[in-house]
Amino acid sequence: MSQPFRLNKEGLINRNKKISFTFNGKKLFGYEGDTIASALIANGIHLVGRSFKYHRPRGFFGAGVEEPNAKLQVEFNGHSEPNVNATEMELVEGLSATSQNCWPSVNFDVGAINNFLKMFFPAGFYYKTFMWPKSFWYKIYEPFIRKAAGLGVASIEKDKERYEHKFEYCDLLVTGSGPSGLASAYAAAKNGAKVILAEDKPRFGGTLLTDDVSIDNLSGKDWAEKIISELKSMPNVTVKNRSQVFGYYDHNMLVMFERVSDHLEKKSKFTPRQRLWYIRAKETILSTGSIERPIVFGNNDTPGIFLSAAAKEYMKVYGVLVGKKPLIFTNNDSAYETALEFKKNNVEPIILDTREEHSSELIDEAKSKGIDIRFSHGVIVANGYKKVKSAKIGKLNKDKNSFEKIETVDCDCICVSGFWTPSVHLASQSGNKLKYEEKIDAFIPDKKKQHETSVGAANGSFTLEESLKHGFENGSNLSAKITDTKTEIAIPNVNEKKYGAHDKFWCMPLPKNENSKRFVDFQNDVSVSDIEIALREGYRSIEHVKRYTTLGMATDQGRTSNLNGLQLVSNIENKIVPEVGHTTFRPPFTPITIGTIVGREVGMEYMPTRKTPMHEWHEKNNAVFVDAGAWKRPRYYKQGSETLFEASKREAKNVRENVGICDVTTLGKIDIKGPDAAEFLNRVYTNAWMKLPVGKARYGLMLREDGIVMDDGTTTRISENHYHMTTTTAQAANVLSHLEYYLQIVWPELNVNVVSTTEQWAGAAIAGPKSRDMLSKLYTDLDVSNDALPFMGYKEAEFFGVPSRIFRISFSGELAYEINVKSDHGIFMWEKMMEVGKEFGNQPYGTEALSTLRIEMGHVAGPELDGRTIPSDVSLNGLVSKKKDFIGKNSLGREAFNVESRQKIVGLIPIDRKSSIPEGSHIVQDQNAKLPNPKLGHVSSSCWSVENNNPFSLAIMKDGKNMIGKKFFAVSPLKNKSIEVEVISSHYVDPEGKRVRS
Amino acid sequence: MLYIKCPYCGLRAQKEFSYGGDATVKRPNINEEVSSEDWDNFVYMRKSPRGKHIELWQHIAGCRQWIKVQRDTATHEIFQTAKVTEEIR
Ligand SMILES: [Zn+2]
Repeated sequence: MSQPFRLNKEGLINRNKKISFTFNGKKLFGYEGDTIASALIANGIHLVGRSFKYHRPRGFFGAGVEEPNAKLQVEFNGHSEPNVNATEMELVEGLSATSQNCWPSVNFDVGAINNFLKMFFPAGFYYKTFMWPKSFWYKIYEPFIRKAAGLGVASIEKDKERYEHKFEYCDLLVTGSGPSGLASAYAAAKNGAKVILAEDKPRFGGTLLTDDVSIDNLSGKDWAEKIISELKSMPNVTVKNRSQVFGYYDHNMLVMFERVSDHLEKKSKFTPRQRLWYIRAKETILSTGSIERPIVFGNNDTPGIFLSAAAKEYMKVYGVLVGKKPLIFTNNDSAYETALEFKKNNVEPIILDTREEHSSELIDEAKSKGIDIRFSHGVIVANGYKKVKSAKIGKLNKDKNSFEKIETVDCDCICVSGFWTPSVHLASQSGNKLKYEEKIDAFIPDKKKQHETSVGAANGSFTLEESLKHGFENGSNLSAKITDTKTEIAIPNVNEKKYGAHDKFWCMPLPKNENSKRFVDFQNDVSVSDIEIALREGYRSIEHVKRYTTLGMATDQGRTSNLNGLQLVSNIENKIVPEVGHTTFRPPFTPITIGTIVGREVGMEYMPTRKTPMHEWHEKNNAVFVDAGAWKRPRYYKQGSETLFEASKREAKNVRENVGICDVTTLGKIDIKGPDAAEFLNRVYTNAWMKLPVGKARYGLMLREDGIVMDDGTTTRISENHYHMTTTTAQAANVLSHLEYYLQIVWPELNVNVVSTTEQWAGAAIAGPKSRDMLSKLYTDLDVSNDALPFMGYKEAEFFGVPSRIFRISFSGELAYEINVKSDHGIFMWEKMMEVGKEFGNQPYGTEALSTLRIEMGHVAGPELDGRTIPSDVSLNGLVSKKKDFIGKNSLGREAFNVESRQKIVGLIPIDRKSSIPEGSHIVQDQNAKLPNPKLGHVSSSCWSVENNNPFSLAIMKDGKNMIGKKFFAVSPLKNKSIEVEVISSHYVDPEGKRVRS
Repeated sequence: MLYIKCPYCGLRAQKEFSYGGDATVKRPNINEEVSSEDWDNFVYMRKSPRGKHIELWQHIAGCRQWIKVQRDTATHEIFQTAKVTEEIR
């Protein structure tokens, strides 16, 4: 198991620890500190995937986030993840990686036929081809495209990993630990600021790890180490590696993605896999560095072609050679450092420099080391299918549009450099408009919109001296404004090589007989000819060219392709780049996992669960629960093999015949206090409230200002200036905000306070003809007769030694009471009721029986008060005062609310007295009418009437009251049902309301 | 995520607040005659300005006070916040 491309000594990897892994089933090994990419390259493997559109063989191109090709399906720690960037993922024991977007294998891919059919796949191919006929889209085109163009495969297993969210605040957030980032963080830390330093890679230092520089007589790497260890020792500094700040949002909120444990072999159960940080920073230093740009040439996507800085990083960080016969193809001096590094490792490179012969510090050094440099030269076409074998190179003429001489040279890799592009994504996301810097032919941040300052290469400063100086200055000045402390720091002495000017040249011309593809965007397979087609077809705006060709729209966000695309457009259009403009950067900068976005809010933690104090009792007694907002409410109590239908019928029947108890803790409860409380209620509710005596409850209806019913409930006058309001479970929070709105904003002169007491009280309803008998056993010392405690009466009394409130109110339409005790006593109350109620046949009942009881009584609830009904629609106009003003009153006079044919609540029974009517059914005259069949109304609530032993529904129907006695059809296309129904009164049981008063 | 200065609690994340619409709308007085045109304007008609806008927010997960926020609807910049009893000019 030798690693033919591993250097003997170079690199920052741990050679004492071998790590085994597999790639496409083949067992390989690397070292601790390797990425999947560096380990594969060390093993001489370059072919890792197939391209998106043409299925061309692809290899590694970069060494970090800029990588457009090497996206793998990776399995480790028991899960499978698609589209993992091989240049970023650290090697861990047992990891298994496979190529994606290829079938049946990366070496033999059937889809590669697309490559030979490429004349049929020009820009806009999908737009043009899959237009017609329409029916083909779902059945043929889409499945085909999905299959052919898929990247990885998302796992369908449940993600067992733990993900976390964290909220953090700091004075200064520094994004990137290259020289300028380190300097900024250090200066701010010395001023006492709270600093967070975030580095995307596992190792701190950025370019200091690979550049041949020295700072204060230390190597770049050693200086970075020294600064980092000092920062780590400071209590006001948080230093984070493997942490990518990927989004810059409003009000200086930045979001960071931390890879906590994927690189660890063992971790505790509670260690999260990844963590999302929401960081609110007072100031932000954007020290995100720059990314090398390629030069475009024929077949430039062949495996074995690298960015020149990536080749250097593989040597210096990982001790890996990307090839042993390198061609260095450049328009600037930085690639000479890569050539010198090869030379240092006894590999002989050839440098092809597009510039005319000249001299600079680096060129002179390369010359003195005997490196073969060919000026005015460039690569025309790379030869080789699955790996570069040779290259056709040419000597450019003076205008650089044709060749004076063409020859073929052998090589096993090509390292290309087209100069540097500042990483301005975070600045752009913050709202910074960016400006074009002629000197470096790239965009840099312009006027700041938020508290962000770009330094170093991200700001277009490509020398170490300048980067450090800007870093120290900005870190110090920005933090001093916050901490009021300024510590003087001597700017260190720097030794670095001076670069000459770069060549403004990014795309090699093709000789006449040559027509190989020149790729601009590797990940989306966008070539020079695609961009030419888009322009020829009339696309001018860069945003349109981008969408038509998909240039820069892949997951790498065009990091290596955007500017080359812009240059190309500007050359063809004869414009300068800033006139062409640039496309918008959007978060996230790098793909992040869905798990991290979701965090801990999954499963039971998706939202809080509200349980009543009696919850455990319900559980023990076979309650089947239903969600009511965040609350869990018993829907029914299952006995034996009962179905929902059987159980709810039994429970409801028992209430009608004996007595039942229901947990009503979830009802919203609002305590209202103050001398103006009565006046306030009088304005909030549609009915009169000024004369409600102490010790009495009243049913009330509240509207929105547009006249629509908002909520209903009872409110009880506890004492002179103290009321207890109940709301429906669903509207509790909205009603409280509504009351607060009017008290704080509209009528601040009213002396009233409101507070939610929903959580403070446990509530149980006792309903049924035997409820008074049962109550008398619960309160043996209290007179509970109809005279002493009449309908809508209220009493306070001890419940077996515990203070309690008794309300004689009814939702079921039966003689009923609601008892409230403090939450802590809820279970005590409930168990006592079960015990005492035995002799009366008491049974608990759930929400399903509760619904049955209220529906057959014609009592409205949420399905009728659905945000579209006014009081008269639901037969509650008796509660609307004509004398006084209240919220929403003025709207009730609107014309549409008062037309004769206005919708009204009605009851429906099936003609056959058997078929239950699905809720949501539409009421139509003729079930066979031509579509669209005119809709006369809809079914809002349905039940099986236990009183009459047949189905019954409530419906909201046009001109409802005049329809009584007529027959219609209730149709539900969803349930595929059409049921003939008769319209009757909505009050199906006890229409006079005698029972509640009995 | 916006960072909103509650006049009672200080700077808090947007998560703690709930939006309440245009703060400059004044409800017609209770018990006073109002033309249906004025009423309709109050209930339904709202401007949707691009730029400065004074709006109501409620600090629902905090002090539960309704507050005024002057915000740029395009850039989300917040210029000023105030109690509802205070004026924003
Ligand atoms: Zn507050």
